[in-house]
Amino acid sequence: MMIVAGQSQSAYFLEEELPSTERSHTLSVLVDNEPGVLARVVGLFSGRGYNIESLTVSEIEHASHMSRITIVTTGRPPVISQIMHQLGRLVPVHKVINLTWAGDALERELALVKVAGKGEIRDEALRLAQAFNARIVDATLDSYVFEITGAPADIDRFVGLMKECGLVELARTGLAALARGKAGI
Amino acid sequence: MTRQMTGAEMVIQALIDQGVDTIFGYPGGAVLPIFDELFQQEEVRHILVRHEQGAGHAAEGYARSTGKVGVALATSGPGATNMVTALTDALLDSIPMVCITGQVPTTLIGTDAFQEADTVGITRPCTKHNWLVRRIEDLPGILHEAFRIATTGRPGPVLVDIPKNIQFQTGTYENCKGKALTQYHPAVKAPDAAIREAVELMAAAKKPILYTGGGVINAGPKAVALLRDFVKMTGFPITSTLMGLGAYPSSGKNWLGMLGMHGTYEANLAMHDCDVMVCVGARFDDRITGRIDAFSPNSKKIHIDIDPSSINKNVVVDLPIVGDVGQVLEDMIAAWNARKPVQDKAAHAAWWKQIDGWRAKKCLTYRPSAEAIMPQYALERLHALTKDRDTYITTEVGQHQMWVAQYYGFEEPNRFMTSGGLGTMGYGLPAAIGTQLAHPGALVIDVAGDASIQMNIQELSTAVQHNAPVKAFILNNQYMGMVRQWQQLLHGNRLSHSYVDSQPDFVRLAEAYGAVGIRCSKPSELDDAIEEMIRIDRPVLFDCHVVSLANCFPMIPSGKAHNEMLLGADVSDEEIETAIGTAGKVLV
Repeated sequence: MMIVAGQSQSAYFLEEELPSTERSHTLSVLVDNEPGVLARVVGLFSGRGYNIESLTVSEIEHASHMSRITIVTTGRPPVISQIMHQLGRLVPVHKVINLTWAGDALERELALVKVAGKGEIRDEALRLAQAFNARIVDATLDSYVFEITGAPADIDRFVGLMKECGLVELARTGLAALARGKAGI
Repeated sequence: MTRQMTGAEMVIQALIDQGVDTIFGYPGGAVLPIFDELFQQEEVRHILVRHEQGAGHAAEGYARSTGKVGVALATSGPGATNMVTALTDALLDSIPMVCITGQVPTTLIGTDAFQEADTVGITRPCTKHNWLVRRIEDLPGILHEAFRIATTGRPGPVLVDIPKNIQFQTGTYENCKGKALTQYHPAVKAPDAAIREAVELMAAAKKPILYTGGGVINAGPKAVALLRDFVKMTGFPITSTLMGLGAYPSSGKNWLGMLGMHGTYEANLAMHDCDVMVCVGARFDDRITGRIDAFSPNSKKIHIDIDPSSINKNVVVDLPIVGDVGQVLEDMIAAWNARKPVQDKAAHAAWWKQIDGWRAKKCLTYRPSAEAIMPQYALERLHALTKDRDTYITTEVGQHQMWVAQYYGFEEPNRFMTSGGLGTMGYGLPAAIGTQLAHPGALVIDVAGDASIQMNIQELSTAVQHNAPVKAFILNNQYMGMVRQWQQLLHGNRLSHSYVDSQPDFVRLAEAYGAVGIRCSKPSELDDAIEEMIRIDRPVLFDCHVVSLANCFPMIPSGKAHNEMLLGADVSDEEIETAIGTAGKVLV
């Protein structure tokens, strides 16, 4: 399902029956990159009591001042549909796409993971990092910082293992997501 | 055609180019350059209010009674925050409004400067859109876009916050009226498939009903005319929300009265029992639906709305039609005429018979009194004595507002200005002033309660200054009547802080403001007093003393369904006290 500002909402009229269970959805929102646009989107979620699990925003077209906001939220289909329509009526929003409904979307996240330790535990951290294709971006005699990119579930697993290997701190970017195939937003 | 001018001049020029003749405002440090420009021209009339909230509601009254955009002007900080209630009110009732606020100079933003507030931050959730103008180059485009956004799609309030240094700067002005600055272009035409499907559902209906709302009035006079044609064409019974009153005449034979919490028995029962419901420009608000899981359980629901987010928000509908009400009605009438459906006449006759049975309940009956004025009687008399005039009615919020909806029959749209969605006490008097200034020769009456009128009473001074002969018709029962009614229903009749002690003497208060005061407490004197009020070509406070403990019935208690109404004539005190169940008590 896609909501495009200014176009007939016929897709809505023909909206198919969707499973009624609560699950997480990845929404891609194309917006004008103008002051306050993120506040509008975030304010809509908090004001109407919707949940944000992850949020990323960055300019994607400098010339036309367009940004892409990727939001992961949870709800039953009618709630998700309502969120999309509420987003769709914000003036700076061009398009809202539900990547979860659109199919098996590509979802990637980057994390920086700092571990500290010596001896056996330090060797184990290094071996696991290699197994997960994580890069070493900083090393001292008693610490590493790994950079890992992957689906959020893979990062969750890696971070879970690092907790046993002297995890000190963690920074995650939040989700970047695209639909597969040749079609663009 | 471009011209060099200052930001302040651009504001006035854009108003002129948009055809604005009247604005409502209050000066202050951060808008002085704009007020200076106002002073030096004669095309835009500025109405000085006494409080910025009054300016906002006056702009709303102006907008709702004319169909044009209401414009308000305020300074930074407290000027802007005082405007917040009016903006929220306009947002919930979809009133087209442009609010211009001054801001501290861009160099001072973020320094907690004198009268600085984050106006765009504060008003983001209570406007359709807003801007802080940071560069003079952006100002003309934003000013014109504000009008376009306020009026297209679902109308609403738009705010433009202009720092003082931008007002002084010189730039290039171009009249870009109607030119889109943003990509905002809501769809007005619905898909043909949806129109055809709707006609099929309506043609097969045995127990149909039209449920219409403020969207019909917002869609303009053409949409209203089409709605009336549509009723004639289909023969369907019609009910309306508070905001939609007047779109279909209350004297029309298909009219069932208002629906919802204080709607008529026939309207609510017909909603409950119908098999096809056509919702036109309404939004299934909780005042309308009552208990949602028991709302019209056996009907196919068609929902026409220009805002896709209104659809399936509260009630899941079978057939959403997203588009402008006028456009959709036009297409539906054409599709109906092309298909020439044969309606089930016997079923419709049986449906009307059932409706007439409900009508026979006469749910608006009340116990008359020869000694004291019943509030319902006061409104019946007000209606009888004003209906043949060019009359506009505004209200405050509470029992009196519902009694107006029940007892004052509206025949035309844009004649009834009331705060529906937000329920803002203090709306009526400034809204009446805005309405009066748009319609100088008309009779404009704010039906008020004794509590509500005091929320923006200072605007009486505005009415006197600008020769707006509005009449505040106060149903004075010494209580916040609706609060008291709910305390009786919900809280064991413990009337916590709903009695208004030490009321002002409204007659002397009117005189102090330079207006006229009238008091009446006897039914036998009421007609003469109302006639006198109408005759006076000055602002009037009419202190109408009514019985103090009257309740507003019929009523669907919170958490109850349409077919569980309380009727006024036969309800006992015990029934009132047990009317709302445990689940309903947490509802409003």
